[in-house]
Amino acid sequence: MAKMTLEELRKLRNEKQAAIQKRDIEGKDSRIVIGMGTCGIAAGAKVVLDTFLEVLDEHKLENVSVTQTGCMGLCYVEPTIEVLVPGMPDTIYGNVDAETAKKIVEQHVIGKQLVTDHLFDRPAADIIQKDGGR
Amino acid sequence: MHIFICDFLLDIVQNSYEAGSTEVFLTLEEDDTLLVCTVEDNGKGMDEDLKARVLDPFVTDGVKHKKRKVGLGLPFLVQACSACEGSFSLHSELGQGTKVTCSFPLNHVDTPPFGDLPSTLLALMSHPLADELVVKRTLATVKGEGGYELSKRELTDILGQLTSSGTLNLLKEFLVSQEEDLKPLYVHHSPLLA
Repeated sequence: MAKMTLEELRKLRNEKQAAIQKRDIEGKDSRIVIGMGTCGIAAGAKVVLDTFLEVLDEHKLENVSVTQTGCMGLCYVEPTIEVLVPGMPDTIYGNVDAETAKKIVEQHVIGKQLVTDHLFDRPAADIIQKDGGR
Repeated sequence: MHIFICDFLLDIVQNSYEAGSTEVFLTLEEDDTLLVCTVEDNGKGMDEDLKARVLDPFVTDGVKHKKRKVGLGLPFLVQACSACEGSFSLHSELGQGTKVTCSFPLNHVDTPPFGDLPSTLLALMSHPLADELVVKRTLATVKGEGGYELSKRELTDILGQLTSSGTLNLLKEFLVSQEEDLKPLYVHHSPLLA
Protein backbone atom coordinates (compact mmCIF):
# COMPACT_ATOMS: atom_id res chain seq x y z
CA MET A 1 0.00 0.00 0.00
CA ALA A 2 1.41 3.36 -1.00
CA LYS A 3 1.48 6.15 1.57
CA MET A 4 -1.91 7.82 1.44
CA THR A 5 -2.00 11.61 1.23
CA LEU A 6 -4.60 13.77 2.98
CA GLU A 7 -6.08 14.54 -0.44
CA GLU A 8 -6.51 10.84 -1.18
CA LEU A 9 -8.10 10.39 2.23
CA ARG A 10 -10.56 13.19 1.47
CA LYS A 11 -11.43 11.57 -1.86
CA LEU A 12 -11.99 8.15 -0.27
CA ARG A 13 -14.15 9.76 2.38
CA ASN A 14 -16.36 11.43 -0.20
CA GLU A 15 -16.77 8.20 -2.18
CA LYS A 16 -17.68 6.31 0.95
CA GLN A 17 -20.21 8.94 2.06
CA ALA A 18 -21.96 8.68 -1.29
CA ALA A 19 -22.09 4.88 -1.04
CA ILE A 20 -23.52 5.00 2.50
CA GLN A 21 -26.30 7.34 1.48
CA LYS A 22 -27.47 4.88 -1.16
CA ARG A 23 -27.79 2.06 1.35
CA ASP A 24 -30.12 1.40 4.22
CA ILE A 25 -28.27 2.51 7.30
CA GLU A 26 -28.16 -0.62 9.39
CA GLY A 27 -26.57 -0.25 12.81
CA LYS A 28 -27.44 3.43 13.10
CA ASP A 29 -27.86 4.57 16.71
CA SER A 30 -25.99 1.55 18.04
CA ARG A 31 -23.02 2.27 20.27
CA ILE A 32 -20.11 0.24 21.53
CA VAL A 33 -18.09 1.79 24.36
CA ILE A 34 -14.76 0.19 25.22
CA GLY A 35 -13.15 0.54 28.66
CA MET A 36 -9.65 1.73 27.84
CA GLY A 37 -8.20 2.46 31.28
CA THR A 38 -4.87 1.09 32.47
CA CYS A 39 -6.62 -2.16 33.46
CA GLY A 40 -8.35 -2.44 30.09
CA ILE A 41 -5.17 -1.80 28.12
CA ALA A 42 -3.26 -4.38 30.16
CA ALA A 43 -5.99 -6.96 29.48
CA GLY A 44 -6.03 -6.34 25.73
CA ALA A 45 -8.76 -3.72 25.17
CA LYS A 46 -6.97 -2.31 22.13
CA VAL A 47 -7.10 -5.68 20.37
CA VAL A 48 -10.81 -5.75 21.17
CA LEU A 49 -11.26 -2.28 19.64
CA ASP A 50 -9.40 -3.45 16.52
CA THR A 51 -11.57 -6.56 16.30
CA PHE A 52 -14.82 -4.61 16.64
CA LEU A 53 -13.80 -2.36 13.76
CA GLU A 54 -12.76 -5.33 11.61
CA VAL A 55 -15.94 -7.30 12.21
CA LEU A 56 -18.17 -4.24 11.71
CA ASP A 57 -16.31 -3.66 8.44
CA GLU A 58 -16.82 -7.30 7.38
CA HIS A 59 -20.54 -6.90 7.92
CA LYS A 60 -20.54 -3.51 6.17
CA LEU A 61 -21.84 -1.77 9.29
CA GLU A 62 -20.55 1.76 8.80
CA ASN A 63 -22.72 3.60 11.28
CA VAL A 64 -22.08 1.95 14.61
CA SER A 65 -20.49 4.41 17.01
CA VAL A 66 -17.33 2.99 18.58
CA THR A 67 -15.95 5.05 21.45
CA GLN A 68 -13.70 4.68 24.46
CA THR A 69 -14.01 5.44 28.09
CA GLY A 70 -11.82 4.95 31.16
CA CYS A 71 -12.07 2.19 33.72
CA MET A 72 -15.67 1.14 34.46
CA GLY A 73 -14.64 -0.31 37.80
CA LEU A 74 -14.81 -3.95 36.75
CA CYS A 75 -11.02 -4.33 36.59
CA TYR A 76 -11.26 -8.05 37.39
CA VAL A 77 -13.15 -8.82 34.17
CA GLU A 78 -11.33 -6.53 31.74
CA PRO A 79 -11.60 -5.91 28.88
CA THR A 80 -15.10 -4.59 29.56
CA ILE A 81 -17.35 -2.99 26.99
CA GLU A 82 -20.81 -1.45 26.97
CA VAL A 83 -23.22 -2.07 24.12
CA LEU A 84 -26.23 0.15 23.47
CA VAL A 85 -28.55 -1.07 20.75
CA PRO A 86 -32.04 0.40 20.23
CA GLY A 87 -34.64 -2.08 21.45
CA MET A 88 -32.13 -3.94 23.64
CA PRO A 89 -31.18 -3.35 27.28
CA ASP A 90 -27.96 -1.37 27.79
CA THR A 91 -25.46 -4.09 28.46
CA ILE A 92 -21.99 -4.44 29.94
CA TYR A 93 -19.88 -7.35 28.84
CA GLY A 94 -16.72 -8.48 30.61
CA ASN A 95 -13.82 -10.78 29.73
CA VAL A 96 -14.19 -9.70 26.12
CA ASP A 97 -11.51 -11.06 23.82
CA ALA A 98 -11.37 -10.93 20.02
CA GLU A 99 -13.62 -13.97 19.66
CA THR A 100 -16.23 -12.54 22.04
CA ALA A 101 -16.10 -9.18 20.25
CA LYS A 102 -17.03 -10.94 16.99
CA LYS A 103 -19.84 -12.75 18.78
CA ILE A 104 -21.14 -9.48 20.26
CA VAL A 105 -21.37 -7.85 16.83
CA GLU A 106 -23.01 -10.86 15.18
CA GLN A 107 -25.26 -11.96 18.03
CA HIS A 108 -26.08 -8.72 19.88
CA VAL A 109 -25.74 -5.83 17.41
CA ILE A 110 -27.05 -7.74 14.39
CA GLY A 111 -28.99 -10.65 15.92
CA LYS A 112 -30.51 -8.70 18.86
CA GLN A 113 -29.71 -11.53 21.30
CA LEU A 114 -27.64 -11.16 24.47
CA VAL A 115 -24.30 -12.94 24.73
CA THR A 116 -25.20 -14.28 28.15
CA ASP A 117 -21.93 -15.87 29.25
CA HIS A 118 -20.15 -12.48 29.24
CA LEU A 119 -22.82 -10.32 30.90
CA PHE A 120 -21.56 -8.16 33.73
CA ASP A 121 -24.44 -5.75 34.25
CA ARG A 122 -23.73 -2.11 35.04
CA PRO A 123 -20.50 -0.44 36.26
CA ALA A 124 -19.47 -1.43 39.78
CA ALA A 125 -21.34 0.42 42.54
CA ASP A 126 -18.36 2.43 43.82
CA ILE A 127 -17.84 3.90 40.39
CA ILE A 128 -21.36 5.17 39.87
CA GLN A 129 -22.30 6.25 43.40
CA LYS A 130 -21.23 9.59 44.71
CA ASP A 131 -20.45 8.31 48.20
CA GLY A 132 -17.96 5.81 46.85
CA GLY A 133 -20.25 2.85 47.41
CA ARG A 134 -20.24 2.95 51.20
CA MET B 1 1.15 -5.11 33.17
CA HIS B 2 1.31 -3.82 29.62
CA ILE B 3 2.88 -5.95 26.91
CA PHE B 4 3.82 -3.46 24.18
CA ILE B 5 5.57 -0.08 24.14
CA CYS B 6 2.45 1.13 22.32
CA ASP B 7 0.30 0.11 25.32
CA PHE B 8 2.36 2.38 27.58
CA LEU B 9 1.99 5.26 25.14
CA LEU B 10 -1.77 4.74 24.89
CA ASP B 11 -1.98 4.88 28.68
CA ILE B 12 0.25 7.95 29.15
CA VAL B 13 -1.32 10.05 26.39
CA GLN B 14 -4.71 9.43 28.01
CA ASN B 15 -3.36 11.04 31.19
CA SER B 16 -2.76 14.17 29.14
CA TYR B 17 -6.32 14.11 27.78
CA GLU B 18 -7.72 13.70 31.28
CA ALA B 19 -5.63 16.66 32.49
CA GLY B 20 -7.77 18.91 30.31
CA SER B 21 -5.16 19.52 27.61
CA THR B 22 -6.19 21.25 24.43
CA GLU B 23 -2.99 20.18 22.67
CA VAL B 24 -0.96 17.03 23.11
CA PHE B 25 2.25 16.27 21.23
CA LEU B 26 3.40 12.69 20.86
CA THR B 27 6.87 12.34 19.40
CA LEU B 28 8.49 9.04 18.46
CA GLU B 29 12.10 9.23 17.35
CA GLU B 30 13.62 5.92 16.45
CA ASP B 31 17.04 5.02 15.09
CA ASP B 32 18.98 1.76 14.78
CA THR B 33 19.38 1.30 18.49
CA LEU B 34 17.07 3.60 20.43
CA LEU B 35 13.44 4.69 20.56
CA VAL B 36 12.79 8.01 22.29
CA CYS B 37 9.17 8.88 23.09
CA THR B 38 7.86 12.18 24.43
CA VAL B 39 4.37 13.09 25.46
CA GLU B 40 3.90 16.81 26.03
CA ASP B 41 0.66 18.53 26.95
CA ASN B 42 -0.73 21.91 27.99
CA GLY B 43 -3.00 20.42 30.64
CA LYS B 44 -3.36 21.37 34.28
CA GLY B 45 0.11 20.19 35.29
CA MET B 46 1.20 19.03 38.72
CA ASP B 47 2.68 20.74 41.76
CA GLU B 48 5.93 19.52 43.34
CA ASP B 49 4.06 17.46 45.91
CA LEU B 50 1.93 15.54 43.41
CA LYS B 51 4.90 15.15 41.05
CA ALA B 52 6.79 13.42 43.83
CA ARG B 53 3.92 11.08 44.60
CA VAL B 54 2.67 10.27 41.11
CA LEU B 55 5.24 7.54 40.47
CA ASP B 56 3.80 5.62 43.40
CA PRO B 57 1.61 2.84 41.93
CA PHE B 58 -1.05 3.51 44.54
CA VAL B 59 -1.61 7.19 43.79
CA THR B 60 -4.38 8.39 41.50
CA ASP B 61 -6.45 11.57 41.11
CA GLY B 62 -9.23 10.28 43.38
CA VAL B 63 -11.86 11.16 40.80
CA LYS B 64 -12.23 7.95 38.86
CA HIS B 65 -11.91 5.50 41.75
CA LYS B 66 -12.95 7.14 44.98
CA LYS B 67 -12.14 4.23 47.24
CA ARG B 68 -9.49 2.50 45.18
CA LYS B 69 -5.89 3.48 45.49
CA VAL B 70 -4.54 2.50 42.12
CA GLY B 71 -2.94 4.68 39.49
CA LEU B 72 -0.39 2.39 37.82
CA GLY B 73 -0.02 4.14 34.44
CA LEU B 74 3.24 6.03 35.05
CA PRO B 75 4.71 3.42 37.46
CA PHE B 76 4.25 0.73 34.79
CA LEU B 77 6.19 2.89 32.35
CA VAL B 78 8.98 3.60 34.86
CA GLN B 79 9.26 -0.11 35.59
CA ALA B 80 9.44 -1.03 31.90
CA CYS B 81 12.05 1.66 31.15
CA SER B 82 14.29 0.68 34.05
CA ALA B 83 14.02 -3.05 33.26
CA CYS B 84 15.61 -2.48 29.85
CA GLU B 85 18.06 0.23 30.99
CA GLY B 86 16.18 2.95 29.14
CA SER B 87 15.44 6.35 30.61
CA PHE B 88 12.44 8.10 32.07
CA SER B 89 11.88 11.72 33.02
CA LEU B 90 8.92 13.78 34.13
CA HIS B 91 8.63 17.56 33.96
CA SER B 92 5.53 19.36 35.07
CA GLU B 93 4.47 22.90 35.93
CA LEU B 94 1.23 23.55 37.72
CA GLY B 95 -1.17 25.24 35.30
CA GLN B 96 1.29 24.92 32.39
CA GLY B 97 1.43 21.29 31.39
CA THR B 98 3.42 18.10 31.67
CA LYS B 99 6.12 16.45 29.63
CA VAL B 100 6.99 12.78 29.91
CA THR B 101 10.09 11.53 28.12
CA CYS B 102 11.13 7.90 27.98
CA SER B 103 13.54 5.85 25.93
CA PHE B 104 13.92 2.20 25.10
CA PRO B 105 17.20 0.67 23.87
CA LEU B 106 16.04 -1.60 21.05
CA ASN B 107 18.63 -4.31 21.49
CA HIS B 108 18.01 -5.00 25.15
CA VAL B 109 16.53 -8.38 25.99
CA ASP B 110 13.99 -6.82 28.37
CA THR B 111 12.72 -4.12 26.00
CA PRO B 112 9.01 -4.66 25.36
CA PRO B 113 8.03 -5.33 21.74
CA PHE B 114 6.92 -2.16 19.92
CA GLY B 115 3.31 -3.22 19.20
CA ASP B 116 0.81 -2.03 16.65
CA LEU B 117 1.38 1.71 16.20
CA PRO B 118 -1.40 2.46 13.66
CA SER B 119 -4.08 0.89 15.86
CA THR B 120 -2.69 2.72 18.92
CA LEU B 121 -2.81 6.02 17.05
CA LEU B 122 -6.36 5.22 15.97
CA ALA B 123 -7.40 4.72 19.60
CA LEU B 124 -5.67 7.95 20.62
CA MET B 125 -7.05 10.03 17.74
CA SER B 126 -10.61 8.82 18.34
CA HIS B 127 -10.50 9.25 22.13
CA PRO B 128 -13.48 11.39 23.16
CA LEU B 129 -11.36 13.76 25.29
CA ALA B 130 -8.75 14.35 22.58
CA ASP B 131 -8.97 17.92 21.36
CA GLU B 132 -5.75 18.14 19.39
CA LEU B 133 -3.13 15.41 19.16
CA VAL B 134 -0.07 16.00 17.02
CA VAL B 135 2.00 12.92 16.27
CA LYS B 136 5.52 13.07 14.90
CA ARG B 137 7.06 9.74 14.02
CA THR B 138 10.57 9.57 12.62
CA LEU B 139 12.70 6.57 11.76
CA ALA B 140 16.36 6.85 10.78
CA THR B 141 18.26 3.63 10.27
CA VAL B 142 21.17 2.38 8.17
CA LYS B 143 18.57 1.80 5.44
CA GLY B 144 17.54 5.46 5.27
CA GLU B 145 15.30 8.05 6.88
CA GLY B 146 11.59 8.65 6.89
CA GLY B 147 8.64 9.70 8.96
CA TYR B 148 5.21 11.19 9.08
CA GLU B 149 3.26 13.80 10.96
CA LEU B 150 -0.40 13.71 11.89
CA SER B 151 -2.80 16.17 13.45
CA LYS B 152 -6.19 15.22 14.84
CA ARG B 153 -7.69 18.56 13.79
CA GLU B 154 -6.48 18.09 10.24
CA LEU B 155 -7.96 14.58 10.14
CA THR B 156 -11.33 15.59 11.61
CA ASP B 157 -11.51 18.42 9.05
CA ILE B 158 -11.48 15.74 6.39
CA LEU B 159 -13.32 12.88 8.09
CA GLY B 160 -15.69 14.64 10.46
CA GLN B 161 -16.25 13.20 13.95
CA LEU B 162 -14.07 10.16 14.59
CA THR B 163 -16.81 7.98 16.08
CA SER B 164 -18.59 5.85 13.49
CA SER B 165 -17.21 2.47 12.47
CA GLY B 166 -16.99 3.44 8.78
CA THR B 167 -14.97 6.58 9.54
CA LEU B 168 -12.68 4.76 11.95
CA ASN B 169 -11.95 2.04 9.41
CA LEU B 170 -11.06 4.69 6.85
CA LEU B 171 -8.78 6.42 9.36
CA LYS B 172 -7.19 3.07 10.18
CA GLU B 173 -6.44 2.50 6.50
CA PHE B 174 -4.79 5.92 6.37
CA LEU B 175 -2.70 5.32 9.51
CA VAL B 176 -1.60 1.87 8.34
CA SER B 177 -0.45 3.32 5.02
CA GLN B 178 1.71 5.90 6.85
CA GLU B 179 3.52 3.24 8.85
CA GLU B 180 3.71 0.80 5.90
CA ASP B 181 5.68 3.46 4.07
CA LEU B 182 8.42 3.17 6.72
CA LYS B 183 8.64 -0.63 6.61
CA PRO B 184 11.56 -0.72 4.14
CA LEU B 185 13.56 1.17 6.79
CA TYR B 186 12.87 -1.31 9.61
CA VAL B 187 15.92 -3.08 11.00
CA HIS B 188 15.88 -6.34 12.89
CA HIS B 189 16.79 -6.00 16.56
CA SER B 190 18.46 -8.92 18.21
CA PRO B 191 18.97 -8.69 21.95
CA LEU B 192 22.62 -8.79 22.91
CA LEU B 193 23.05 -11.51 25.47
CA ALA B 194 26.20 -10.92 27.43
